[in-house]
Amino acid sequence: MSCQEARELLDAYLDGELDLVRSLEVETHVKGCDRCCLARDEYDVLQHSLKKHGVYFNAPKGLEQRIRSRLRSDKDSQRKHLIPSTFPNWRPVSIAASIAALIVASAIFFGTLLRPSSTNVLAQQVVSSHIRSLMADHLTDVASSDQHTVKPWFSGKLDFAPVVKDLAAQGFPLTGGRLDYLDNRRVAALLYKRHQHTINLFLWPTSQADSEPETLAIKGYNLVHWTQSGMTYWAISDVNASELRDFVRKQRQ
Amino acid sequence: MTENIWNKVTTNAVWKARRDRFEQTVLPHLNAAYNLARWLTGNEQDAEDVVQESYLRALRSFDTFQSGRDSRGWLLKVVRNTCYTWLRENRGKTVTQFQESGQEPQSTYADPETELIEKANSDLVRHAIEALNIEYREVLILRELEGLSYKEIAHILEVPLGTVMSRLSRGRKELQLRLFESTREAKT
Repeated sequence: MSCQEARELLDAYLDGELDLVRSLEVETHVKGCDRCCLARDEYDVLQHSLKKHGVYFNAPKGLEQRIRSRLRSDKDSQRKHLIPSTFPNWRPVSIAASIAALIVASAIFFGTLLRPSSTNVLAQQVVSSHIRSLMADHLTDVASSDQHTVKPWFSGKLDFAPVVKDLAAQGFPLTGGRLDYLDNRRVAALLYKRHQHTINLFLWPTSQADSEPETLAIKGYNLVHWTQSGMTYWAISDVNASELRDFVRKQRQ
Repeated sequence: MTENIWNKVTTNAVWKARRDRFEQTVLPHLNAAYNLARWLTGNEQDAEDVVQESYLRALRSFDTFQSGRDSRGWLLKVVRNTCYTWLRENRGKTVTQFQESGQEPQSTYADPETELIEKANSDLVRHAIEALNIEYREVLILRELEGLSYKEIAHILEVPLGTVMSRLSRGRKELQLRLFESTREAKT
């Protein structure tokens, strides 16, 4: 591990936030590097002065009581809670009905209008995640080319079991897995290599129907998106589009 | 008629039970809420207002909170959002305040008494944190003062883990630099 890499991960290492493999790598580097030792000492000094100088602001006396009494007199949350069960008169019902109708109508209208752009937003997120995974040098949480190691690693960390395929024989060796955050949820990220290039494959469950692979290009990266058996997939890499499509074909087999 | 009154009585009881549950779940985190608000707004009165407002907002959306989940993180997310709303509405005021407090010279620094130096050091640390960009300040507060994990912070800020990692690392470096400079100034 280079000094530059170690320095980028040093804070996370000292905070105990790195996985075991990475921790050991950083530790080995720091032991033999004066600059990193200095940076570690600076970290200790800062921790010490933050603790010593008591910069925590405790809530002033009486605030708790003031909050309690405001909560008691809060008519809004009380009323909100009362409406559905006690006063089924027609006015709120008709208002609610017209609002509901409006929502349904606009959902249909905007839903068709916005669908392409929401896919676009997601594609942008995928690109950012991919770039970040390369930059932070934090590609994998579990570094393994064995699909039977990668898959169990995810259990307990995700609310679904990702399909993990090793495509080493087909020229796309699996190098590891990682947790990521996309589309407001935790997703599995699988790492594959193609020569010197990295392919990130993101997957998570979806209620959408199966869809055929669709290719996009953003910021010089190629992306392929598809849905299969209740899972949505995003593959991204800087390999050329035909190789990425080849990878996707092998994934789908 | 009697049925209506009866309904009202039972609903009030339900509402009261819900409020009690809310208070038991969320009021223990009052210090954490206040500390975050105090650091983000920059002064006591605004912090109090923001915290009170946050608790009201939190009560109104308590239905979305699933019991057994991290209640401190849930509350801190509400506090942070309320702070940002407040900052948007009072931005000009806050910016000048942070600048002032970052540069304001302190007469006590020159005092040789150890106790006063300790106090001055404590002021130095506070001023250095206050002078930080808000993005760095909030991760530092959540990590160093609340002891939250990167994952918990990422959830509150709604940003990826990598962003928490880099902001924290940069924020610390900047804080070290500011502390170093202000300690040197104070000595001369």
